[in-house]
Amino acid sequence: MVQIFVLSIVVFGIFSIYETTVFNLQERGIKTSSNFFDEVAPFKVGFSPFLNFELGKTTYIEVFYIGILNTLLVALLGIFAATMLGFVIGILRLSPNWIASKISLIYIEIFRNVPLLLQIMFWNFAVFLAFLPPPKKSIEMGLFYLNSRGLHSPLPFIEDSNNFKIWILILALAALAGFIFSKWSKKKFELTGAALPVKTINILSFLAIAVFSYFFLRGPLGFDLPVLGKFNFKGGGQIPLPLFSLWFALTIYTSAFIAENVRAGIASVSKGQLEASRSLGLKRSQMINMIIIPQAMRVIIPPTISQFLNLTKNSSLAVAVGYEEIVAVWAGISLNQTGQALIIIAMTIIVYECMSLFTSFILNVYNRRIQITER
Amino acid sequence: MTSASASKKSTKNQISPIITINKLNKWFGKFHVLKDIDLEVNKTEKIVICGPSGSGKSTLIRCINRLEVHQEGTIIVDGTELTDDVKQINEIRSDVGMVFQHFNLFPHLTVLENCTLAPIWVRKKSKLEADELAMELLTKVRIPDQAKKYPGQLSGGQQQRVAIARALCMQPRVMLFDEPTSALDPEMIKEVLETMIELAESGMTMIVVTHEMGFANKVADRVIFMDEGQIVEQNDPKNFFNNPKSDRTKLFLSQILNH
Repeated sequence: MVQIFVLSIVVFGIFSIYETTVFNLQERGIKTSSNFFDEVAPFKVGFSPFLNFELGKTTYIEVFYIGILNTLLVALLGIFAATMLGFVIGILRLSPNWIASKISLIYIEIFRNVPLLLQIMFWNFAVFLAFLPPPKKSIEMGLFYLNSRGLHSPLPFIEDSNNFKIWILILALAALAGFIFSKWSKKKFELTGAALPVKTINILSFLAIAVFSYFFLRGPLGFDLPVLGKFNFKGGGQIPLPLFSLWFALTIYTSAFIAENVRAGIASVSKGQLEASRSLGLKRSQMINMIIIPQAMRVIIPPTISQFLNLTKNSSLAVAVGYEEIVAVWAGISLNQTGQALIIIAMTIIVYECMSLFTSFILNVYNRRIQITER
Repeated sequence: MTSASASKKSTKNQISPIITINKLNKWFGKFHVLKDIDLEVNKTEKIVICGPSGSGKSTLIRCINRLEVHQEGTIIVDGTELTDDVKQINEIRSDVGMVFQHFNLFPHLTVLENCTLAPIWVRKKSKLEADELAMELLTKVRIPDQAKKYPGQLSGGQQQRVAIARALCMQPRVMLFDEPTSALDPEMIKEVLETMIELAESGMTMIVVTHEMGFANKVADRVIFMDEGQIVEQNDPKNFFNNPKSDRTKLFLSQILNH
């Protein structure tokens, strides 16, 4: 009875909010409709590495896709780097070396406790913009150029499409051969106990085949090199500074949390486990790989999933440095231009919701795979 | 008489100590846990160490495979002295099996994998060979049918027998038992002790820290009583239980036997 009462209040609340919104929108002469999707967007999106942006041609819905892709790009790069860094910091935190452990403690406490928005602005404005030189005085690193606009790199493109297909085929065959080789050596190991450095052999021979066949096919890929123009570099690939700052800050911030998860996971493995593996004569590296990590992962993964979700959602703070992800170009500029608040905000919410559900779905599957049955 | 004593002497000469502990001293911070311990353990000898808690008996056997680091004195296991050399330590550890009070089985591995892990990675055996040996030893401790289960699915007594099999899979020359029955129910104590008695009968060198005086009486060649980090008394079980020399031993025995 009480439940029905509460439910009806909630339903009424939602309905009245909807009514008011629709009324207010009508009052201002805004009709909620998706007609604007196919209209040309009257503004420029500077960074769009996956879809071609052309001012005067690209429509609103394409801007929406660009926003999603840019969000995904920074989220994936950030998740990858934060995981790596987080594991290193977390393991250092438990190092028997006093200095290493204190340094990682200080790292964690600094970056965990300062608001992320502040950190993004700090790295972007106080560090990178302040210390990186203007394009004319770029820092040269081989074919790479670093300056206050970002990192410029050579960009590969397909020069000879037939030879390129052959090259890809060769690479695929090499990968297949490596896979068969590792299966074979695993079987051999089970039968005879002789272990080969399979990974090293595979990686080296794959690289050798790739390089050799590349030159044999007279270089099926060409490289577009960045060239200094009047104000900035032209051509080549570019990682703009806002993306770099945002990625850097998200990585640093999230890695501090992941490091704590890693520490908790490792600490959760009982001392008896270590003593048992030592008393069997296992080496330290074997103990870490075969006893500690499998048991620690079960504790590390669930809270780390939420850190991945946080990182993805936190990427919306990009507005502060002007990276063009979904909140900036869609819920920001596009909304201002069209006034279609209801539909735009709803779509943005759905995008984040889908990303989060997808991430946690993938990781939950992985988690279930490694949650080894104990009883 | 002469021939008997001569033969006894000759066999005694053949028996060489497998563990030699000389003037061993250890401190935990300022606390002096082990004081000038001297101990020789011969091949196939079974030694039971008893004493009140905090007397240093566990610490002593944990020093033998360097789960604890000692500060003074020497420990020589099978001709190799225990130093900081990691390679030597691992070599000794692979020759010295250990069974813990809380089993310490690896919960993420099956019983069989628990037993084959170290033979494969430390002894470099093939998986096939390791599996065979593990099944043989699991049969010996009478749980071959549990090989595919996880430790969490077994009873305490079964887990401890797996732990014994796991240690035996390394084909050790010495077995150390650190209160192997203290965490078990009375019924399970019996099955574990039976396994240990069978192991003793097979000629394994064993050092057992335990309060099971029945086991000591039946199996031990020598019973050692420790108190406050020192070896107070050692004797064969018959004399140890029937005429203990020191007052401290008498008190301990009266407390442990009369309850």
